[in-house]
Amino acid sequence: MMDPLTLAVIQAGLQQVCNEMDIAFSRAAFSPVIAEAEDRSDGIYGAADGALIAQGELGLPVFVGAMTHSAAHLTRLVAEGAIAAPEPGDIYVVNDPYLGGTHLMDVRFAKPVFVEGSLFCWLQNTGHWPDIGGMVPGGFSAHATEVEQEGLRLPPVKLFKRGQLDREILAIIQSNIRVAEQRIGDIKAQAAALLVGETRLAEMITRHGATTLQAAIADIRALAAERMRAEIRRIPDGVYRSEAFVDSDGVVDAPLRIALTLTKRDDRLVFDLSGSSPPCRGPMNSVWSTTCSAVYLAMKHVFPDVPINAGTFEPLEVMRPEGTFLDARYPRPVSGCAAEVSQRVAEAVFLALAQAIPGALWAAPAGTSGNFALGGHDPARGAGYVMYQITGGGYGGTAEADGLTNGCSTIGISKTPPVEVMEQYFPILFRRFALREGSGGAGHRRGGFGVHYEVELLRGEARASFVMDHGRFGPPGVLGGGDGAANVVKLHRGGVTTIPLHLSKDQGLELAPGDRVEVLTPGGGGYGDPLARDPDLVARDVARGYYTAEEAARLWAVALRDGAVDAAATARLRAERAA
Amino acid sequence: MAMARILAGIDVGGTFTDLLLQDADGGVRIAKVPTTSPNQADGVLAAIEAAGATADTIELIVHGTTATTNAVLERKLARVGLVTTQGFRDVLELGRRTRPQPYGLKGSFEPLVPRELRREVAERMDASGRVVTPLDEAAVMREVQALLDAGCEALVIHFLHAYANPAHERRAGEIARAIWPNGYVTLGHELLSEFREYERGTTATVNAAVQPVLDRYLQRLQEKLAARGHPRDLLVMNGNGGTMPARLVAREAAKTVMSGPASGVIAAAATLAQTGLSNAVTYDMGGTSTDVALIAGGVPEVSAELSIAYGLPIHLPMVDVRTVGAGGGSIAGLDAAAMLRVGPESAGSMPGPICYGRGGTRPTITDANLVLGRLDPARLLAVRDAVPMQRIRDAFARDIGDPLGLGVEQAAEAAIRLANVHMTGAIRMVSLSRGHDPRDFVLFAFGGAGPLHAVALAREIGIPEVLVPARPGLTNALGCLVADLRQDLVNTLNRGLDELPEEDIAATLRGQRERGIAVIRAGGAEVEEVTVLHAAEMQFRGQTHLLRVALPRHDVTRAEIQAAFEAAYLAGFQVRLPEIRAVLVNLNTSVIGRRRRLDLSTLLGTGGRQEEARIGERPLFADGAWHRADVWQREALPRGARIAGPAIINQADATTILEPGSEAVVDQIGNLRIRVTA
Repeated sequence: MMDPLTLAVIQAGLQQVCNEMDIAFSRAAFSPVIAEAEDRSDGIYGAADGALIAQGELGLPVFVGAMTHSAAHLTRLVAEGAIAAPEPGDIYVVNDPYLGGTHLMDVRFAKPVFVEGSLFCWLQNTGHWPDIGGMVPGGFSAHATEVEQEGLRLPPVKLFKRGQLDREILAIIQSNIRVAEQRIGDIKAQAAALLVGETRLAEMITRHGATTLQAAIADIRALAAERMRAEIRRIPDGVYRSEAFVDSDGVVDAPLRIALTLTKRDDRLVFDLSGSSPPCRGPMNSVWSTTCSAVYLAMKHVFPDVPINAGTFEPLEVMRPEGTFLDARYPRPVSGCAAEVSQRVAEAVFLALAQAIPGALWAAPAGTSGNFALGGHDPARGAGYVMYQITGGGYGGTAEADGLTNGCSTIGISKTPPVEVMEQYFPILFRRFALREGSGGAGHRRGGFGVHYEVELLRGEARASFVMDHGRFGPPGVLGGGDGAANVVKLHRGGVTTIPLHLSKDQGLELAPGDRVEVLTPGGGGYGDPLARDPDLVARDVARGYYTAEEAARLWAVALRDGAVDAAATARLRAERAA
Repeated sequence: MAMARILAGIDVGGTFTDLLLQDADGGVRIAKVPTTSPNQADGVLAAIEAAGATADTIELIVHGTTATTNAVLERKLARVGLVTTQGFRDVLELGRRTRPQPYGLKGSFEPLVPRELRREVAERMDASGRVVTPLDEAAVMREVQALLDAGCEALVIHFLHAYANPAHERRAGEIARAIWPNGYVTLGHELLSEFREYERGTTATVNAAVQPVLDRYLQRLQEKLAARGHPRDLLVMNGNGGTMPARLVAREAAKTVMSGPASGVIAAAATLAQTGLSNAVTYDMGGTSTDVALIAGGVPEVSAELSIAYGLPIHLPMVDVRTVGAGGGSIAGLDAAAMLRVGPESAGSMPGPICYGRGGTRPTITDANLVLGRLDPARLLAVRDAVPMQRIRDAFARDIGDPLGLGVEQAAEAAIRLANVHMTGAIRMVSLSRGHDPRDFVLFAFGGAGPLHAVALAREIGIPEVLVPARPGLTNALGCLVADLRQDLVNTLNRGLDELPEEDIAATLRGQRERGIAVIRAGGAEVEEVTVLHAAEMQFRGQTHLLRVALPRHDVTRAEIQAAFEAAYLAGFQVRLPEIRAVLVNLNTSVIGRRRRLDLSTLLGTGGRQEEARIGERPLFADGAWHRADVWQREALPRGARIAGPAIINQADATTILEPGSEAVVDQIGNLRIRVTA
């Protein structure tokens, strides 16, 4: 092993290279999805096998470990001679979900880095493009049944050849996506970020030497594996089972089950998802690479201090769940995998680990990206538009605290746009944007609250689409805690209120001026026995209007009089409930 | 009067209250006394006394206070009530769907106003400022009364789209002010006329919550000063790097939050200007954190998107100081895989580093500096008893040296090296990665620990020169002395540039200028010259981030604005986007009342012969070996003195380390200019 200071300095340096790529990408990116929502990621990958060397800390969580799969496919295809070999200045573009991807909107760029003529490593980044063609603007179809309906699929091809942008490939891409003229801004930013990485990496190579750097990379990988093993050893040996449900695939109205058997022995964790539902017709399939990174992402949430590289994942054995919807093959549609299914996989991991190390975990979070898209024509501006509203939900309670209210999706870090901005850009009026009362699951520590909003269409015609989840079952509580409230979508059209057939997923629902869409997002699950909750906190929550007095009595066995705890009556209620 | 002025800059920091006093003859007196809590006024008076001055002889006191910062961080705030648009009372609690950390689904957030004190009234504007629902005035009266009855001391009125049309907020404000027993009524749009309801509402709420706190503190301080014969109004530092008269400042109290770090940067800018430099990264390292800012072209970068804590954005223009969670208290050790690490854990000030003798047992960066002879155990300001050097050495051996097979010195040096690498990364992220070349900058090092690490750090970043100002430990107090009066005004237009009438732009900027000048003039403080700066914040249609573009005049043409925006975009992002429409989001005006320039060369004596400034020598561990380093007394060094590293330069308020291979020169105004070799 190399001297410890050099190792630590090189590890910090590689991390810094990735962080600066992250910054360069979002600073220069045109589309808000990347520039503000930071739906992108950057990393360094091994020359021979695409193994993860370092990854930016500012990237979207869903990409933890994700690009290592596409880098592995890329190196394999190059080795097989299936695609042209890399040369200095090249950048490959790829978004094929079945070649280590996620959904089609996540477009990867891969740039080879050479030292003295031989391939040293790959720099790679992913950006979520606002559109990639397909049957619905934005790509989140609720009804697609094959991947061709979801948009343009790119195998690895050289978009830049020896530093020059290939105008012909660009033309093909631009002819197949919406708002194509704005994409050039994102393409330049995505390529520029890799260039920043290459420059900074070259400085490191000059300073430490390529040989030292490669040796350090191997040591750092071994240390990360050791670090993860040390965390795993704290988990009691055993077999932990959990399940999570996707409401439906958007086409067939039946829940999809994720069944996880988690086996902990010594310093290894084995994730067996083989009991999960078979592949589905609609777009809620997940490709193997996304399923895998959903497990990694969950582990990173549980052990946030562990650095991310290939070593981190060595002690985690994710068994490939062949024949299930978590290992979808061509041409199964997959547009829901990164935004929704991955969050259910992570939830299953949380629920299994909550049995093993309850003090470190939480009850289930809302776990949906809450996509509501509205596409229409605004007669006042004489132009079409596509609007996205994303919303958070409650987080689960923890051993220490109640869950966070309106937290971001498990896989994301992006903020919701302000109401004042949405109303500037689109012909809508929010009638409310409020905390969803009563939505946090009961518990010793209750879940956080979801959001309750209502949007009215002001002019023109429009179509609404939804890709959300947890509409059938709320996020589960743990250790005796209650479930958070389930997601609810309501359409108020011409005085009639309807609920989508698939509860949380639908598309193309027509709206006329005055019609309203009402969404109630999930609350987080409760943690621990509600009867253990301090009655004064229950009274405080009632005073704030989070719950009614009736809920205080029913869920927590707390009796209130004039807003204050009636101690005697509460003791009686709790004794009855405990009996 | 102008001839016989005595000016005092007094900065209250977390640990010390610093005073820098300029006598009528240009001489300087300084004082450093412990900060008093909860009442900082006692420390301020003690500082004046410690400097050998009396309040009645001081003409003008410029004051930087952390009263509001601490109030927010410790949540020792006034009870605030909110009246807001029906359907939107939870905006302040919901935020914008975030979590405190990217990884780990934990953490909590309590809004500054609990839900039962957030009341709704029927009213609604649309995005263009048209009334959708008229204001229910009876409801306003009812809810304001209810909040009074609930014991609220301050009130916020915050309506949707009030930046586009403030009529409802104004009317509700009239109704409320008629019955509210004090002046603590904040209208959302008055403080910040900018879209984004959560950020504007939170900014207004922070303002209301600290208003009574600041008001009471300043009143107490003014009364005590008046009792000692200083009858005049103070000037108070703001986060924008300017000052405001005390009697006006409470109205916009939120502007004083984060003013401490800003004053350091203002001092740096003034120092650079008198040194003939224009680009610097400022580096203020303290015990638990480090503040970093960028000065490019002589002007500190300003941001209106800072947050004081998770969930608490304050969207007022402020000097863009970024805080890095690494300081002298950062803990060094090994992780579970025996990998060396420094931070993010910190010993803080309690228990603090081992050397504080307050029960700390884990080695920190400050402790490492002692082991390596970089800090003199006899000269630690925060320590009263003898420094337990053997305990510190044992801790480095136990936690790092023995497991890794390193000697104590090597272990301590490794900790400092790694800390510098992390610090370098953090500094690059917040400053240079925004498109600047480090070779064009100097590292402006101040604070207690800045000059200790600056040379090694500059080498790591690739910055060729370190500048240590005359009084590095009193930089914030100096910022108070040199700061101008300043008012920043913002209005949101958020329309395509091509559809905005030029006369609307000119009218908005003219209005801002008039309002700003009126406030500056009303201050009563002597102002030599008023400068007005206009700027636009712009974006391409479809984007969300804003780019600030300076405008030459108020009656600027659209073509000029378009050209300036395109140039700024190209400079910032190396991209031209001629096919996409530009949107003018905000118009900004800064009105600056320039105060008399302070001659900074008076801050340090001019010294005698260089040899006389050498006060001894000490072993210094650097680059893996012990060196014999000369120890110099900074105050005794003459202008033009040259010192080659390795060397240690002591002064009352800081220690500067010259690493081997570096060389320092004392310049004409007393700065140490240190050339760093790679």
